[in-house]
Amino acid sequence: MVDERVGAVQLLTPEGQRVSHPEYDINLSDAEFRGLYRDMVLVRRIDTEATALQRQGELGLWAPCLGQEAAQVGSARAMAPNDFAFPTFREHGVTWCRGVAPLDMLAMLRGVSNGGWDPNVHRCGPYSIVIGAQVLHGVGYAMGVQFDGAEDVAVTYFGDGAMAQGDVNEAFVFAASFSAPVVFFCQNNQWAISQPRDRQSNIQIYERAAGFGFPGVQVDGNDVLAVMAVTRVALDRARTGNGPTLIEAFTYRMGAHTTSDDPTRYRLAGELETWRLRDPIQRLQVYLSRQGIADRSYFDQIEQEGDELAERIRDDVRAMVPPTPESMFEHVYAEPHARMDEQRSEMLEYLSSFEDAAG
Amino acid sequence: MTTLNMVKAINAGLRKAMERDPKVILFGEDIGRLGGVFRVTDGLQKDFGEHRVLDAPLAESGIVGTAVGLAMRGYRPVLEIQFDGFVYPGFDQIVSQVAKFHRRMDGALAMPITIRIPYGGGIGAVEHHSESPEAYFAHTAGLRVLTPADPQAAYLTIQQAIACNDPVIYFEPKRRYWDKGEVDESQLALDLKAVADPWRARIVRSGTDVTVACYGPMVRTCLEAAQASTDVSLEVVDLQSLSPIDYETLGSSVERTSRLVVVHEAPMSGGIGAEIAARIGEKYFYALEAPVTRITGFDVPYPASRIEEYFLPDLDRVIDAAERVMRF
Repeated sequence: MVDERVGAVQLLTPEGQRVSHPEYDINLSDAEFRGLYRDMVLVRRIDTEATALQRQGELGLWAPCLGQEAAQVGSARAMAPNDFAFPTFREHGVTWCRGVAPLDMLAMLRGVSNGGWDPNVHRCGPYSIVIGAQVLHGVGYAMGVQFDGAEDVAVTYFGDGAMAQGDVNEAFVFAASFSAPVVFFCQNNQWAISQPRDRQSNIQIYERAAGFGFPGVQVDGNDVLAVMAVTRVALDRARTGNGPTLIEAFTYRMGAHTTSDDPTRYRLAGELETWRLRDPIQRLQVYLSRQGIADRSYFDQIEQEGDELAERIRDDVRAMVPPTPESMFEHVYAEPHARMDEQRSEMLEYLSSFEDAAG
Repeated sequence: MTTLNMVKAINAGLRKAMERDPKVILFGEDIGRLGGVFRVTDGLQKDFGEHRVLDAPLAESGIVGTAVGLAMRGYRPVLEIQFDGFVYPGFDQIVSQVAKFHRRMDGALAMPITIRIPYGGGIGAVEHHSESPEAYFAHTAGLRVLTPADPQAAYLTIQQAIACNDPVIYFEPKRRYWDKGEVDESQLALDLKAVADPWRARIVRSGTDVTVACYGPMVRTCLEAAQASTDVSLEVVDLQSLSPIDYETLGSSVERTSRLVVVHEAPMSGGIGAEIAARIGEKYFYALEAPVTRITGFDVPYPASRIEEYFLPDLDRVIDAAERVMRF
């Protein structure tokens, strides 16, 4: 496979070798290095567990983020607490970093909620399923930040497939016109379900930014250090009033699009093998070992933490019960609404007719 | 009391809403320097500044989608869609995002977005400038739909729509934009809840034989029909809110008259009239002396403007329908 990442920003090679880049660099404390490793391992464990739970019938669907942990963790950990993330349904690494409880990530996929968490608490929007819709929300949020005279930044997540969507292109126009403090973070995981990147964009994704009048940068999306460094620069640029940046994180979706998908129908096994050699977690592990930042006992400890987390998720998911039928009438409107009251009463009356018959 | 046309009445209402709440911002195409193609926002950018009256790029989905983000940030966006037929590029964001966000957030966030749409025909316009798409929005859970019939109603309800924490699709009857009426600006209201409830229908003319339910541009048409109808006494009900519909007021009128004609410009099938006919049939079957009858536009694309008078319900078609239900 041709490696398209010529010029992509890289600070850590797939072999775990630290390399320098003329424009980007990163200095982290040992604790921060270990934190990134822990985030990625735990996110992968949550992801693996959720995939298994779907196979066991406990979840209706799951969209695995396997292979994209560095792109998600590196970018989300670059954000300030008050910045606001706008994720898609695959951003489990982002929601994890924003403090969303794993169980809340699963609520919608378990079929017990249409959302799962309070966006104001986590400064993180809901999982967006309509491709690209949330990118406009991020730009609008950023415009609001600008009107407030605040220094927060919106980070919008989307994939290579979304590059074809009108909403994403409109979001680029609006952000450029208003010089909104937003970072467009595109994870190019090479596949929009069955379609390769060139069906969505016949030039490399980061190059599209130039046409809208803001910078685009391609980063090795499996290099958590490079992703974090590049995102920090983009955040800083937005925060200081210099407008949007498009980041293309060049990565790979190692799993299926969702648990309903069968990627063997459209991609070759060899491709997956190539990308296994670029695994985001392994390269950081090698680097941490070589630098003496972490050792086997630390890695074992994190693995054990992951297993314990997975076990808790397994137990808790099974305990997640459906909401009451009449809860479907809640939060449709924020203010009193006669039709909701009427239809709720009709439903309850109908349901109670069975209780009468039984009792 | 001041005499204003509907354009000026909405403008005055927008001004009041912006004075009342600094989070109210206006966003739309050509609404700033130009004051909107119908001049509804005339002078507001000059008085409130470019951060509160924003000229948007020409992209309706972008306007609605960014409004979602602005609402998440605590703003109360009031959007202008330039013409009815141009709302469809923003339809996905309205139906899938604006309407559902409150539910998706389990109530943690509201979407207090008002989307103003000039609608309806009768002004000799070209294609896509005369449509009545209200049924699409009334069908969508999570949205409210309002349409004023006269300057006083417009002045009050635009402020109430903006103050509402739910998204409101606000349909402005463009052919009534230049109709003048008395507007009592003193009703304005520090307390918007103290004035007339915008979600209630209004009996705008009392009668005894046939209830005529209508809204927006058809209210004047139906009032004129009631005036002209010598043999049949028409009671005219302005629904004003198309979601929710106030069946209490409408039903009590039907109980008095025993007959109902529903009038709207939008095509018949799957329209507001169909919904009203079904509901009145379900709830007031024994009060009815005749089937609920609809006088509407036809199930065709809006016709070329030179023949639009044959599409639009007019005074004669309303009286004809009233006489038919009386003879049933």
